[in-house]
Amino acid sequence: MATDIAPSAEVAGAHRTGRAVRLSARDKLALALMVGVPLVVVGGLIWFPTFASIFLSFTNWDGIGGITTAQWIGTENYNQVATIYPPFWPAVKHNLIWLAFLTLVATPFGLFLAYQLDKELRGSRFYQSVFFLPVVLSFAIIGFIVQLMYSPTQGLVNGLLGTNTDWLGDPSINLWAVLVLVGWRHAGYIMILYLAGLKAIDPSLREAARVDGAGEWHAFRTVIFPALRPINIVIVVVTVIEALRAFDIVYIVNKGRNGLELLSILVTNNIIGEASRIGYGSAIAVILIVVSIVPIIVFVWNSFQESEQA
Amino acid sequence: MSDALPPAPSPEGEAHNPSLSRRGLLAAGVVGATAAYGLSAGGAAARSLSPALRRALAAGTVSFGSNASDPVPKKAYENVFKAFTKKTGISVNVNTVDHNTFQEQINSYLQGRPQDVFTWFAGYRMQFFAQKGLLSPIDDVWTTLKPQFASAFQNASKGADGKYYFVPIYAYPWAVHYRKSVFKQNGYTIPKTWAQFIALCKKMKADGLTPIAFTDKDGWPAMGTFDIINMRINGYDFHVRLMAGKARWDGPQVRKVFNTWRQILPYTSSGALGLTWQEGAQQLLNKEAGMYMLGTFVGQQFTGADAKDLDFFAYPAINPKWGQDSIDAPIDGFCMARKGSNSKEAKELLRFLGSAAAENIYLASDPNNVGANKNANKSRYTATQKKSALLIAKSKHIAQYLDRDTRPDFASTVMIPALQQFLNNPNDVNGLVKSIQKQKVAIFGS
Repeated sequence: MATDIAPSAEVAGAHRTGRAVRLSARDKLALALMVGVPLVVVGGLIWFPTFASIFLSFTNWDGIGGITTAQWIGTENYNQVATIYPPFWPAVKHNLIWLAFLTLVATPFGLFLAYQLDKELRGSRFYQSVFFLPVVLSFAIIGFIVQLMYSPTQGLVNGLLGTNTDWLGDPSINLWAVLVLVGWRHAGYIMILYLAGLKAIDPSLREAARVDGAGEWHAFRTVIFPALRPINIVIVVVTVIEALRAFDIVYIVNKGRNGLELLSILVTNNIIGEASRIGYGSAIAVILIVVSIVPIIVFVWNSFQESEQA
Repeated sequence: MSDALPPAPSPEGEAHNPSLSRRGLLAAGVVGATAAYGLSAGGAAARSLSPALRRALAAGTVSFGSNASDPVPKKAYENVFKAFTKKTGISVNVNTVDHNTFQEQINSYLQGRPQDVFTWFAGYRMQFFAQKGLLSPIDDVWTTLKPQFASAFQNASKGADGKYYFVPIYAYPWAVHYRKSVFKQNGYTIPKTWAQFIALCKKMKADGLTPIAFTDKDGWPAMGTFDIINMRINGYDFHVRLMAGKARWDGPQVRKVFNTWRQILPYTSSGALGLTWQEGAQQLLNKEAGMYMLGTFVGQQFTGADAKDLDFFAYPAINPKWGQDSIDAPIDGFCMARKGSNSKEAKELLRFLGSAAAENIYLASDPNNVGANKNANKSRYTATQKKSALLIAKSKHIAQYLDRDTRPDFASTVMIPALQQFLNNPNDVNGLVKSIQKQKVAIFGS
């Protein structure tokens, strides 16, 4: 094998001189499979259904009798969703509140925890496990925990506070009650991601900041946070995705009604289940896609623009 | 990460490396995956044999799709099938699915590979699928069954085209449940009119009870109250037309229903939108509530002496024109899937399930319901069952419950949130009925 490495190293060392490396037939086959199979899977399971949903959202298909029974109705579904469907705007509002809560409360709290734990204080191993534990739980389990904790007569919260509040049945407060536990889990997730990033920061940076006499917050803001740029991109994308794909926890609590409506719930209500309004549900799904893609595109564009300028 | 491509294999490299190289592993993986896919595809191909061939292979068995996931009904069905196999020698392959999941998956189930016979409900919920061509007509099964069923049950088993698609097994009425001991202790009498009903609620409230237990976290229990008040005020015919999308929701009739309902809301359980029906039954059981409007399945939560203390009365009359002539009494039963085998064994099973013998076996294990067959053995009925049977028999009109009488997409995506919205904001009836009417036009088309 040594005889093989030398010529390829030579190719690698020399910048692309335009001399293409010959691939054997077996190499070509291997490459074709390694690229082709995932491409087919992603294309078939992600991109095809996406475009199919966009197409179906302009029809009134009810899922029975094959796609040929679908009738084209233009933007009628979108019209109905926006004007006469009572749960729609509350669902949009709740998704945005969810996003804002995760972005402004849960993620910064996760970052705070990561920063503190990075200092390797006494017991930080223990705290890491404690804060990461909720991440291990699926949202369905957390939904069960929510129901037990917030039960009006037998729940922990009412027991401790001595109140009789109907946390989950009152539409003005049940979203916040649920968000507390969602934030609990999300913070742990973010904490671990940031902790990994913080450990990868060059210690000489921190030394330099300390030597220059920067205060802790100043050092964090000007030295450490910018150095976490690659992690930040991941964190933002993860937060936005978690906010917009929220589904399991509200479904477990009360099937996503009465103050806990979300766009994902509306999609499943219309598509899965007896209702079977495939066209209508697809319209809501397309709205969800647009809402998801926009912030990510904006943020990633900004990041790449900045990194080009840098 | 270098730009270099992986080094091309040299012949002597491969020969000198007898253990599994990367390429070998990849090749083996591809072959293995293809083989696994081939096998499963082959299996699928075997399962997608023509119905005739499947019939020939499966002679002597019939498959049954069941939503009876709770232990009591599941055991009852097992007993029924044992008796069927003993009588005819045909064995039954039962596939039980969780109750709610079964309904939710019904669309893909009936278009995929359904069992020959499956549990379902009477009403529009059955006619809808018959219209879509997913159920097989079973007029030949009904030739022997017809004399055994009252006309109300016969009509409930027909599709919109007049053919039979459904075989009923039992029904259960919705009524106002109460505990006899509580009524006796406080000197309450059964109310027959709306005025008496409200007066009783006032009295119960003064005595420290929640007059009417009410829960709507599940979304469907509130439909029972809507249905009965609508039938009491506007009559059965209007109710049927409303369910079929042939009447307006923002007309004066429906407004009157909501305005009347609002009169009893102050007497219902607080925090109803956070309570399940089981919790409502517990309120009745613990003597915290005086009355509970629910189906007789509420009896499942009462055992022993409490079960004997449980009783019910028909919802009070509101409009003397209609009196108490209508009730909600959902009928459960069976249909034959068009994509099943449609074998003669399946039809024999349906004939057996419609017989009084099958009903007697079922009801012996699940006494919360009433047999649909005229010849069902009523001597073994509990007091509650006898009363249920009497209530159903003397009702002139039987409705199937809102989510079975109307289109499933209307019931689940429009009515559940609308009723919850009413409970949150009972004063805005105007906005509510206008919103329902708009959505109803969008779904029904007119």
